[in-house]
Amino acid sequence: MFIRRTASRAIAALGATALAGIALTGCSAGGSGGSTSNAAITFLAAGNDPASIKTANDLVTGFNKVYPKIKVKVDTRPAGTDGDNLIKTRLSTGTMDDVFFYNSGSLFQALHADTTLQPLTNQPWAKTLTKDFKATVSTSKALYGAPFGSTFDGGVMYNKKVYSQLGLSVPDTWAEFISNSQKIKAAGGITPILASYGDTWTAQLFVLADFANVSAQDPAWAANYTANKAKYVNPPALAGFQDTAQVKSLGLLNKDYASLTNVNALKLLATGKAAQYPMITVTIGNVQQSNPDQVNDIGYFAMPTAGGNSHATVWEAGGAYIPKTTTGGKLTSAEKFLSFMLSPAGCAIQNSASLPAGPYATTNCTVPSNAPALVADEQKYQDAGKTGLALEFISPVKGPNLSQITVQVGSGISTATQGAALYDQDVKKQAQQLNLPGWN
Amino acid sequence: MATTNLAPTALSAGVSTGSKAPRPGTKMKSFYPSWFFIPAVALYVIFFAVPTFASFYFSLTRWDLFESTFIGIGNFVEFFQDPQLLNGFIHTFEYGFATSAAKVILGFFLAVILTSPVVARGYIRAVIFFPVLISTIGVGIMFKSLLDPFHGIVNGVLGVFHLPQPGWFTDPNLALASIAAVDVWKGVGIATLIFMAGIVAIPSEYFEAAKMDGASSWKIIRTITIPLTRPATATVIILSLIGGLRSFDLIWATTGGGPGFTSDVIASVIYKEYQAGFFGLSTAGNVILFIVVTAIMVPLSSFLNRKAVEL
Repeated sequence: MFIRRTASRAIAALGATALAGIALTGCSAGGSGGSTSNAAITFLAAGNDPASIKTANDLVTGFNKVYPKIKVKVDTRPAGTDGDNLIKTRLSTGTMDDVFFYNSGSLFQALHADTTLQPLTNQPWAKTLTKDFKATVSTSKALYGAPFGSTFDGGVMYNKKVYSQLGLSVPDTWAEFISNSQKIKAAGGITPILASYGDTWTAQLFVLADFANVSAQDPAWAANYTANKAKYVNPPALAGFQDTAQVKSLGLLNKDYASLTNVNALKLLATGKAAQYPMITVTIGNVQQSNPDQVNDIGYFAMPTAGGNSHATVWEAGGAYIPKTTTGGKLTSAEKFLSFMLSPAGCAIQNSASLPAGPYATTNCTVPSNAPALVADEQKYQDAGKTGLALEFISPVKGPNLSQITVQVGSGISTATQGAALYDQDVKKQAQQLNLPGWN
Repeated sequence: MATTNLAPTALSAGVSTGSKAPRPGTKMKSFYPSWFFIPAVALYVIFFAVPTFASFYFSLTRWDLFESTFIGIGNFVEFFQDPQLLNGFIHTFEYGFATSAAKVILGFFLAVILTSPVVARGYIRAVIFFPVLISTIGVGIMFKSLLDPFHGIVNGVLGVFHLPQPGWFTDPNLALASIAAVDVWKGVGIATLIFMAGIVAIPSEYFEAAKMDGASSWKIIRTITIPLTRPATATVIILSLIGGLRSFDLIWATTGGGPGFTSDVIASVIYKEYQAGFFGLSTAGNVILFIVVTAIMVPLSSFLNRKAVEL
């Protein structure tokens, strides 16, 4: 009897505590309309790799120096397509973190921003953004994202020492590129062109990084592509698939092209065991980790094109977003967090946490003087006005299987034309899913 | 005595409720009030029945988690027009039948050896069964490094003997076969175990009588062991074929369906559709996989079981 009474008393006490907890929460939620709230927020990092976690933690530490009372809890997520699904699931179930990092461009377009995200059009930093970046995180109604990290380019990363030893000059036409590669092959001992299909995404680069050249030849290509009028199976876009096939058929690739991974390929490039690597320059951050002394041996040139006058393909910075479910005091805290990110202190953290691989999308941040050498190479294309955005930032249409298709083409399993036709079919699903006119 | 009585009664009560007996408790006395079933039924309905029927609905929509539009059988049309699908189907059947056959044959002979007196029998039994206990993803990652064409131990050993060093997982002609071989390595332990149980259950008088009549070992296997382990064979075929047709984890951990699409099976095609955010389409794919596996397994299982009964 005694035991039972004690137990029920304990349960009653527990219940009272729980009720008090609810009352307190209700209180703080009700009182958060005030301007001086310091509501705690959560922040979802861009991945669960050490670099993403460190970046997120550094940002929070810096933020708390300015706003010591606002608690920020860092959450992580898987990268890649699993991460895409997690973001969509959390947004659609109303359980998204108060601030989250995610891609800009076509992946952002799939988030239904008008119904799931808080508009940021009136934030003070909105005026400092480049026009290109604004377009990649906006719908027709509002701006939804703040830039995080620098822009970067896609094209060919090359070893400058190898080039100078063999007396080669940076190619502009595809023929020059092939001739350079054959000279490197003839010299012996150095891989002319790296392929790393062990990480399938790297196989897409000849296609994706050629897009500025496609745009330069046909400025309306992206619009026609979105409208189901332009196709990869026709020139000029077919060139990317043909290039992918040709470097294999001419025997210019490393022997272990099918199993080599991105990180190991970058090591080979940095140490001069390989000369050229079609890549996005953001990967220079990995070279900084693995071969810090050789970072400045690596240069960049735009994807060479048949007719010359090659253009650099530019990838925009990623975005930081606030979901619609974040309101009141939490919204105020989240907005403060974004503003801090684009303040001088925030820019300093961006510069130290991730090596800038190109110019920033906001005038608030500047690339430091100790930026990697290839950033200067990218700047030359900027200065000459010979750049163009990657397709994923100007068209929402991107098929899910481009990696596998380019691996097939690049390993000689299928021809360039077959691959291009397959990809044209692959994007149809995405276009229909987005309910784009002209695809049903 | 009480316990022996209880078990069958409880069992029959459960069966009677399950098979729509008009009123549990009137004919057969149940030990438990029928509302005891409510938690189990509620869990089953919420977590299994509702999602299953919801998936039939969503397979008819274009669904991106935010909103769904009803498009009739559009997803199924799309799925069957997908060139990767036919490819995936062929690979699935190749993989399912090849691994199943290999597991039956290897498992049977290993079981014959391991039920006869051989040296270190207990040790060999353990070694053969051990891979079953490891996580499939772990096996995949381990073999990916062992079979790496340039840095893997297997090709390193082959190189010492100047043998060809194939790209096990990277050669488009070899990838699926290599994964199937790893699958057999991992799964043959279960098949062996089931066959061993089947062989041990054969009365030893049959073997003794056959030996007395001067039958050779091969003849004993063919006329006694094989026919009398038929129930075991049926179980192994069904289990390994279902496993093979649904296989995904090992393929994903080793090649991700690559290089290109050369080792894609239905399950990995569906998973990639899901990854790409085509939730309606991938749900339709799962409905198709469900129908295909059922269409193969139900007749096969009743065929094999009928044979087993006729014995």
